[in-house]
Amino acid sequence: MPYSPLLVRPMKEELTAVGFEELLTPEDVDTFMAQKSGTALLVINSVCGCAAGSARPGVRLALQNEIKPERLATVFAGQELKATARARGYFSELPPSSPSMALFKNGELVYFIPRHRIEGRSPQEVAADLTAAFERELASAAS
Amino acid sequence: MGTFHQNKHVLHGTTIVVDTNGPEVYVGRCDDIDDDEIILLDADVHRDGEDGKSKQQYIDRAAQVGVWKRFDRIAVRRSAATLIRPLGDY
Repeated sequence: MPYSPLLVRPMKEELTAVGFEELLTPEDVDTFMAQKSGTALLVINSVCGCAAGSARPGVRLALQNEIKPERLATVFAGQELKATARARGYFSELPPSSPSMALFKNGELVYFIPRHRIEGRSPQEVAADLTAAFERELASAAS
Repeated sequence: MGTFHQNKHVLHGTTIVVDTNGPEVYVGRCDDIDDDEIILLDADVHRDGEDGKSKQQYIDRAAQVGVWKRFDRIAVRRSAATLIRPLGDY
C-alpha cells in the first residue's frame, strides 16, 4: 500500500524545489528516459529515515557543483509503485535499492549509488561522492 | 529525519554483513540485534564457494551493487556470528 501523500510531500519537495521533475507514471519515466543525448540524474526517493534523510540534502549540495547533470528526475519508492518499477527497469542488472541515485550519460548508466552507500553517511559525504562522479563522468559532456 | 524505530539496535535500518563461523555469510537490512539473534530483512545468504565465489568475493560484489533479496526475513544466531559490519564500510 502506498504511503500517505501528506507524509511524502515534503520529501518530494526537497527535490522538486531544486529542479527535479517528478515522474508519477511509467509513461513519465519512459518519456524522461527516451531522451538519450546529454546527461541526467534519476533519484529514487524514499521515506527511509536511515538513508533518505542524507540522500536528499546530499543531492541538493552536489547540484551546487559547476559540472552537474543537465536533466533531473525523481520517482518515489513506496508511493509511485509502477513508476518506480519502470525506472528500475532501466538498470535492471542492479538489485532494487531505495533511496538510490543513477547517473546517465547519453542514455548509458555511468554511476550508481545504492542505499548502503548512503546509510550512516552525512549529506556532505553523499554530496562528495556525487560531485566526484559528476566531475569524472560528465566533464567531457560539459565541454 | 532519523529512524522511525528508536527502540531498536543502533544498526536498525542499516544494510549489514553478518559473517559466521560456518560457510554462510548474510547480507540484509538489520531490523534488530539482541543477545540471541540478528534479524535481517530483505536478505541474501551466500555459502562459501557457491557460484564459484568465496565469501570475500561475494561481499566485494555486494559492496559494489547490493544484493538481490532472497528472504523477507532471516534470523541468524548471535552465537554463530563472527562479524557484524555495515556493508557500506567495505
